[in-house]
Amino acid sequence: MIYDFFYNLTGSQILAYVIGSLLPLFIFILPFALVAVLLERKVSAHMQDRLGPMRVGFHGILQTVADILKLIQKEDIVASPNDKPLFNLAPVLVFAGSYTAFAAIPFTSAFIGSNIDLGIIFIIAITGLVVAGILMAGWASNNKYTLLGAMRSAAQIISYEIPTILVVLTLIMITGTASLNKLSEMQSGHFWNWMILGGPGLSLTKFLFIPFMIIGFVIIYISTLAEVNRTPFDIPEAESELVSGYHTEYSGMKFAMFFLAEYANMFAVSAIVVALFFGGYQSPVGYLGNTFHLPWLIPIEQFFWFTFKGVFFVVVQMWLRWTLPRLRVDQLMAVCWKYLIPIAFVNLLIVGLITVL
Amino acid sequence: MKTTEEIFNLLKEKFGDSIIELKTDIPIEQFIVVNPLEIDKICNFLISDNDLAFDSLMNLSGVDDANGEKKTDESGNTQTTGGTLSVFYHLESTSLRHKLVLKASTSIENPEVSSVAEIWRVADWHEREAYDLLGIKFLNHPDLRRILMPYDWEAGHPLRKDYKNPEYYQGMKVPY
Amino acid sequence: MAADIENKTTTNEKLKTEEMILNMGPQHPSTHGVLRLELQLEGELIVNVKPHIGYLHRCFEKHAEAMTYPQVIPYTDRMDYLASMYNEFGYAVAVEKLLDIKVPERVEYIRVIMGELQRIASHLVALGTYGADIGAVTPFLFCFRDREKILSLFEMTCGARLLYNYIWVGGVSHDLHHDFLRLTKDFVDYFRPKIKELNDLLSFNKIFIERTANVGILPLDTAINYGITGPMLRASGMKWDLRKDDPYSIYDKFDFDIPVGDGRMGTVGDSWDRYFVRVLEMEQSLRIIEQAIAQIPEGDVTSAIPKRIKPVVGQVYSRVEGPRGELGYFIISNGTVNPFRVKVRAPSFVNLAVINELCKGHLVADVITVLGSIDIVLGDVDR
Repeated sequence: MIYDFFYNLTGSQILAYVIGSLLPLFIFILPFALVAVLLERKVSAHMQDRLGPMRVGFHGILQTVADILKLIQKEDIVASPNDKPLFNLAPVLVFAGSYTAFAAIPFTSAFIGSNIDLGIIFIIAITGLVVAGILMAGWASNNKYTLLGAMRSAAQIISYEIPTILVVLTLIMITGTASLNKLSEMQSGHFWNWMILGGPGLSLTKFLFIPFMIIGFVIIYISTLAEVNRTPFDIPEAESELVSGYHTEYSGMKFAMFFLAEYANMFAVSAIVVALFFGGYQSPVGYLGNTFHLPWLIPIEQFFWFTFKGVFFVVVQMWLRWTLPRLRVDQLMAVCWKYLIPIAFVNLLIVGLITVL
Repeated sequence: MKTTEEIFNLLKEKFGDSIIELKTDIPIEQFIVVNPLEIDKICNFLISDNDLAFDSLMNLSGVDDANGEKKTDESGNTQTTGGTLSVFYHLESTSLRHKLVLKASTSIENPEVSSVAEIWRVADWHEREAYDLLGIKFLNHPDLRRILMPYDWEAGHPLRKDYKNPEYYQGMKVPY
Repeated sequence: MAADIENKTTTNEKLKTEEMILNMGPQHPSTHGVLRLELQLEGELIVNVKPHIGYLHRCFEKHAEAMTYPQVIPYTDRMDYLASMYNEFGYAVAVEKLLDIKVPERVEYIRVIMGELQRIASHLVALGTYGADIGAVTPFLFCFRDREKILSLFEMTCGARLLYNYIWVGGVSHDLHHDFLRLTKDFVDYFRPKIKELNDLLSFNKIFIERTANVGILPLDTAINYGITGPMLRASGMKWDLRKDDPYSIYDKFDFDIPVGDGRMGTVGDSWDRYFVRVLEMEQSLRIIEQAIAQIPEGDVTSAIPKRIKPVVGQVYSRVEGPRGELGYFIISNGTVNPFRVKVRAPSFVNLAVINELCKGHLVADVITVLGSIDIVLGDVDR
């Protein structure tokens, strides 16, 4: 719908495509990343019995603007033994990997960046690009610490993709589609139609699914937490051991790219979890547009609900970061291979059995 | 619990001439003066004997006794020659609750004391510090090198009474 | 200083592995000061840890020989700067033994209250930074919020928050503020539930236990042979506290327990035990403070301070139980107003030497865990 809107406005297909694809980036994701930085600082401050940034703007609202201005005007340091092409390419890869994932996520029913049938599989594949970027950053910095951090990060991301895929397979089995758009449409109605409560329709299988859906949700939430390198899985950027890990040697705008990519990644995985389990952009209680007979209000409301649910899960991620200590590298791997993967596997088998019967 | 006199008598019987004397007239602590080169054998006995059982070395400190002869020559410079460096050992038994103080003195020209680092591992770093700051060489120490001063400090041993700061260290002016 | 970075090669029959030397250099967020640890690694396993110290050496012992006895007190503050009251306390007790003077009762009670408050403040720093090293940043801020209250109590008494110059030979420099005892009692009531909050948040957290239990196990006979004292020794199972075993000041008038590590989360003497012994010690300090507040008499605090300190020729070794271990002062006097030799037996200096034994066979991340549980202050290590 938005593509048609721009086509009518400008009359050129190419222009409509370009604007349509840049729109979510500039209107939503970048502002969200900026807000998320401030949100994290305020959330962590209030949890720790202090106030956080208070001076820039009203209660610190303009703090991130000040941060970005500062980072833009910093000197871009590239040390001479660094591998220059790799060093310069790494932040670009990480940034691109994180932002491309948004192409297949449905923000509202009127707009989706790219309506591919393989939605969720595409997203998981693209986040693999981030691994390459991190390894490049670690190697090109010519520093033993960053190399250690990058290798740990690569091992972590690759291992934790497996439980994610297993849970996604479970959902694909139940719903028969891999496109996030269709998944969100299937969960329309009220909140009892959401996947976490068994899926649409009213049947025995729906109630049988509920415990397995909840387990699947917990597993995917934990593994995506590990994929974005957040505590308790933030070994790669463990500040107290490796001094910022793989992005130690970056300064200025390149560091800002890593930084913003992390927050965009956090929102992307929250959005995936929301789309899979919590109804995507559907409202839990019905639409105001329906009550007032204003059909153009509905996509806006859906966008609001989507953002609300996404931000809620981002705040839970921040909450976990500031409460829990960090897991050690071997314990992290043990959690993945010894606990999450067997449970996800058994989950998959049982759900498969239920669907067949 | 044994007093220092009883321990002195015990040690005198066993080691004879290595135990030089028992000083009781200097206030607060009584201590036993021993031969510096035999101190490791004495300490081996102290830790392993069941009646003494000194399993803990509380403190090991080097002291510059400043008892050399001062000679003033014609231009007014004082030179100190001779004198001793001493090492004090404060021992304690955690099971029998008695304490002991030992002193070993060596000459300042060739200060050598046997190391007790193999007996009480705590002595390892204390002896390195005594070597670093006073220049006392500990024989049979596992790793005798400077610990608090930089490894390539060549201007001597700072805690000695006749120590003077060097002018330059690696190109930097020392008293700035 | 020869910082050699060699790659030694060890050969198995089939694999040729190289040992990597990693430097956790003097500037590092987790080494609690300027400490350089040279780690010899095989992959991620530690083969050898060599600490290099001396970056903060300020020649305290040489300075002390040039000062008079009262002038040394601000210098003792700056050794273990997180527990300054106890450094002054130890020095004052040592010189009073040498001079053979007795201080008034009120002074003894004030010293005990200050010492125990300082012990709680020092343990709060140790526990907070330990949590922050492991990755839990929130308890760090909670601990510092509570420590602020103690520091304002100190500021009310002597004007300084960190380095006090308060406990002098023969007495203390100022009497207590008239509100001090009431505010200290308020603090004790405020702080008790906060220890429970810290336990809920950090001590019994499953991830924290996984990171610290069975890491850096220190057997008891190794501990005694290495001269370890303080909470580290108590965590290895020995009930040894100088406040009870070799009493000084008026500690024999108070009723308190000595917490000992019992290995309930792993083995006796691991890092969790060392951490938890400090938490329990804070509770016991609260008990001592309460009893001291109830019993403190009136009196004049500066009456016994001598005008000129000129002891007889002699020597004394006296020790107190600081928050990090046994703090000993060996003072030799030659009859003049300057001390002839002051040797400080610093607890962190002795405790740090055992890190090689504790880290063998563990991973790099565990070095931080072990180092945090030893709780060193570089000012004390280097003096």
